[in-house]
Amino acid sequence: MLTIKNLYVSVEGQEILKGINLEIKPGEIHAIMGPNGSGKSTLANVLAGRHEYEVTAGEITYNGEDLFEKSPEDRAREGIFLSFQYPVEIPGVPMVNFLKTAVNEHRKHRGEKELTAGEFLKLMREKMDMVDLHPQLTNRSVNEGFSGGEKKKNEIFQMALLEPKLAILDETDSGLDIDALKTVAHGVNALKSPETSTIVVTHYQRLLDYIVPDYVHILYNGKIVKTAGKELAFELEEKGYDWIKKENEK
Amino acid sequence: MSVLTEKTDVSLKYTAHFNEAREKLFANSSEILNSKRNKAFQNFVLQGIPTRKNENYKYTNLHSAFANEYTFVHEKQKTEADIAEIFRCNVPDLNTQLTLLYNGWFYDKNNLAGKLPEGVILESLEKATSKYADIIDQHYAALADTSADAMVALNTAYAKDGYFLYIPKNVAIEKPIQIVNLLKSDTDTFSTQRNLVIVEEGAEVQLILCDHTLDSNRYINNLVTEVFVGENAKLDYYTIQNQHNKAVSVNSVFVRQQANSTFISHTVSLHGGLIRNNLKVTIDGENAQANLFGMAFLDRKQHIDNFTKVEHAKPHCQSNQVYKYVLDNQSTGAFSGQIHVARDAQKTNAFQRNNNLLLTDSATMQTKPQLIIDADDVKCSHGATVGQIDEQALFYLRARGIPEDKARLMMMNAFAHEVVQEIKVEALRERIDELIEKRLNGEVARCHECEYNCEC
Amino acid sequence: MAEQDKILHDLTQSDYKYGFITDIETDIIDIGLNEAVVKTIWEKKNEPDFMLDFRLDAFRKWQKMKIPDWAYLKIPPIDFQSISYYAAPVQKPKYASIDEVDPELIETFNKLGIPLEEQKHLAGVAVDVVMDSVSVKTTFKEVLAEKGIIFCSFSDALQEHPNLVRKYFGQAVPVADNFFAALNSAVFSDGSFCYIPKGVRCPMELSTYFRINAANTGQFERTLIVADDDSYVSYLEGCTAPMRDENQLHAAVVEIIAHDRAEVKYSTVQNWYPGDKNGIGGIYNFVTKRGVCRGVSSKISWTQVETGSAITWKYPSCILLGDNSVGEFNSVAVTNHHQQADTGSKMIHIGKNTKSRIVSKGISAGRSDNSYRGLVKIMPGATNSRNFSQCDSLLLNDTCGAHTFPYIEVGNKSSVVEHEATTSKIGEDQIFYCNQRGIDTETAVGIIINGYAREVLNKLPMEFAVEAQKLLQISLEGSVG
Repeated sequence: MLTIKNLYVSVEGQEILKGINLEIKPGEIHAIMGPNGSGKSTLANVLAGRHEYEVTAGEITYNGEDLFEKSPEDRAREGIFLSFQYPVEIPGVPMVNFLKTAVNEHRKHRGEKELTAGEFLKLMREKMDMVDLHPQLTNRSVNEGFSGGEKKKNEIFQMALLEPKLAILDETDSGLDIDALKTVAHGVNALKSPETSTIVVTHYQRLLDYIVPDYVHILYNGKIVKTAGKELAFELEEKGYDWIKKENEK
Repeated sequence: MSVLTEKTDVSLKYTAHFNEAREKLFANSSEILNSKRNKAFQNFVLQGIPTRKNENYKYTNLHSAFANEYTFVHEKQKTEADIAEIFRCNVPDLNTQLTLLYNGWFYDKNNLAGKLPEGVILESLEKATSKYADIIDQHYAALADTSADAMVALNTAYAKDGYFLYIPKNVAIEKPIQIVNLLKSDTDTFSTQRNLVIVEEGAEVQLILCDHTLDSNRYINNLVTEVFVGENAKLDYYTIQNQHNKAVSVNSVFVRQQANSTFISHTVSLHGGLIRNNLKVTIDGENAQANLFGMAFLDRKQHIDNFTKVEHAKPHCQSNQVYKYVLDNQSTGAFSGQIHVARDAQKTNAFQRNNNLLLTDSATMQTKPQLIIDADDVKCSHGATVGQIDEQALFYLRARGIPEDKARLMMMNAFAHEVVQEIKVEALRERIDELIEKRLNGEVARCHECEYNCEC
Repeated sequence: MAEQDKILHDLTQSDYKYGFITDIETDIIDIGLNEAVVKTIWEKKNEPDFMLDFRLDAFRKWQKMKIPDWAYLKIPPIDFQSISYYAAPVQKPKYASIDEVDPELIETFNKLGIPLEEQKHLAGVAVDVVMDSVSVKTTFKEVLAEKGIIFCSFSDALQEHPNLVRKYFGQAVPVADNFFAALNSAVFSDGSFCYIPKGVRCPMELSTYFRINAANTGQFERTLIVADDDSYVSYLEGCTAPMRDENQLHAAVVEIIAHDRAEVKYSTVQNWYPGDKNGIGGIYNFVTKRGVCRGVSSKISWTQVETGSAITWKYPSCILLGDNSVGEFNSVAVTNHHQQADTGSKMIHIGKNTKSRIVSKGISAGRSDNSYRGLVKIMPGATNSRNFSQCDSLLLNDTCGAHTFPYIEVGNKSSVVEHEATTSKIGEDQIFYCNQRGIDTETAVGIIINGYAREVLNKLPMEFAVEAQKLLQISLEGSVG
């Protein structure tokens, strides 16, 4: 589904990713872990097509096609979903309008009929229960006045609505209490299918208790320095990141 | 009398005076100052004393004050007594390099020899024009545009003396320099003061400027100061205004900043009959910062108008303006603040706030904050409020057993304190705090230790 | 980024969709302005005698006045002698039914999407249409008459209710209030008149559409709305004009008088031809709008969406005379290409416990300049008064300007005035967030701008709000960056 080859990325002239290789097949869950500043969020943003991140070398193919050829909205319409670490507020734009536009853009792209207001509201209510999001939040402006936990739940709610093929969760667990974390994980797991893949970017192991990964990759200083099964996350939790740092500075 | 004839009549007086005094003005003055006189005078004639029809003077009427008869000080006066004796700066623990001016003229007995770091010049402008002709010629009248403001034109036409301060490259002066202008005369007096401040690259200085009236005559003091802040230089510019109710002060300050420089100004207007402060800062280099703070306390029929302009000419700069007024009795206050962000001055952060407290129904506040924004990647905002003390906060204090008048005073102090706390010279900050408290208590600050029992 | 620029560029190239010219027979007088012309207009309108005195008084005062120069506008010289001051579609004196109206005219109004006739029954909007200065059709007159509401063209009002007009005319905007008001007072040709009697809530939105059609003409219409004690009315105004290379002058006057506890809502969607993308042509829009809250607890609110005109000079104002009266001003002003707008409001607090609120949202694009200018004045006697003003500017690129010029004058201690202004651009992170959800940049910008203006758009009556949203998007096509 997704193949990353020898990816180098700079931000404002500073090299952040230094040769990433990664292969994700349909149905897989990959966790990307690493200390602060290792480049985890950069990788997530590059996949979504943020233009501040300059790709200096390497390639990414998504379903056999060159990802860099596609605009951010086309990537989204073809199934790449980024759950933002810090969802931005858009004052004055009601959630409902925003989501209806987004859903219908996806449908148009797939050659499906656009939903009417009534149909959309019905769909929205269904998905809302999944993440336990208060219905009143959809009357507010996009992310405005949402608590940290509500923002994250709102991201997962949008994921439920848009039904992506490749979901990237960028530190979705940060700032969540244990109940909210369970709700979010439940949402992610419920949306899982053999055709869809997930990249979980996280600092801590605790989210992985609920979203069980097939592979764990450790990103350090712009490179993937270790890849193993879910047991790697436990090892990391036990030994801390210093272990990785030491090992790589030898 | 219609505004037009009023304008003509009052302006004519000053026009006629220039012609009468022409000889005196040109005599004993350097070519640098003289070369600007005629053009400045023409510009004054074209503009006249501003009326309230002039948008920049919409809220300040200079005409009634300017209509009085004044004696001009076009020559250095002999002072019988040693005014350094008469005046003692009464800021406890304020350790400054004190320098005096007398009716706008640099005082002869200032003894600064050996007290300032090498290369630092603090000197009479008149004398400096011959000693440092090159540097003064380069800077004099470079910022103060005589075609844009009649009062600047009038100053440039009449200018003979004031102070010249020069801080050479990379010299940081620890002890603040305090310059006190004393107004003292036998008759009603019109004084003109012209100053030039050059802070070279990497230099640092704190400058404290005070105005005092020493008798109860009427005064008009028309000042113009041009300030150049070089790259990486830092200037703290404090103005403490403490004059009596019959004094008029028109104080125009023009600042140009280079890259990475910092300019901080505090204008504390404690007392005065009519005060008009013009402060124009042009930020002409990247990564520079300008902070303009002001506070004004008015009672009786006092009038204070702060007119600021911050010109962001280059990208990546910051400016902040906070002005606060407390108005009592029939006093009138005005604030006009403008932020202009030029077309290419991207990444500018410019903020401005003006908060005012009216204590009576006969006090008036007029405020005119303006944003002129010609670049898009900027963060600019302004806010202005006019109102009373927050009744809820007042109630909270009273509910804790504090009597109402005391609570009110605490709230007013707190209101002013936001600006006071920005004063970096500690002794001055404490003094200002104390003066404000006295001022708000009804003890008129300037008269507290004044020996001249004037009824003003 | 380059792509964003391109989209913005493409958007700005969009055309003005109301730029057609109607081929219709027009009664037009020669260009030029003098006392004889003023008299000719008076004669053509068959007005009462007092109107001639009024017009000549205005004309004589106007001759001594100068075009105001204080706004942040570059106003090219206007030759007032090269304009025709009266142009009217030739028409029979009265239409007995819709069938008698010139089909071209009907077609014009259909193109404009104006609700004339039956379809409008459904919408419940009563419409007066003013084309080239003359009112051509007023719908629903009879329905309104049953309630005692007078809603008719200004000409008809002068014929049928001269005393009522005379009582209120020129009260809010005196003859020589300003240069353009004086010009209007001398030469205005028509407009709308509305009177809501005591205790009546007008059951439908009243609406006037203004259209400039003939070339080399100015449009000078006059609107007077009087709301008697305890009455309520909501009034809408829309404007369009053909695309022409020369500039055309529009100098209107709107007066509102609100008596005790009366409420008047006045909404405008101004979409005069703004000129092309090079700044050629377009309407010069100099408008004086003022309401007097004469009675206690009366309320006047102005809502405007300004997207058209090459130059806009307009400050809908409220004089809050009655105790406890309320004034409101809500504005969205969009400028693109070479448009210039200097617009805002005046709130003059005279009565006790008066309240006012100003919300202004400026959006600048292209090479345009967009200024807010406002005055909040609290007189010493206006104790316990309140004002809150919020003026936001959004800049869409680095070649436009956004400016804010508020004036605040407070004369007593018990009043509170607050003013806030901010300037910002659309966040790239906001656009990216939308992109990531599959929304393209053009749509995203439209969504964000409508969000930014929502607070004001929500004040518009429903049918207008939808129209206004579309208009915002169209006006900014090709502009966003």
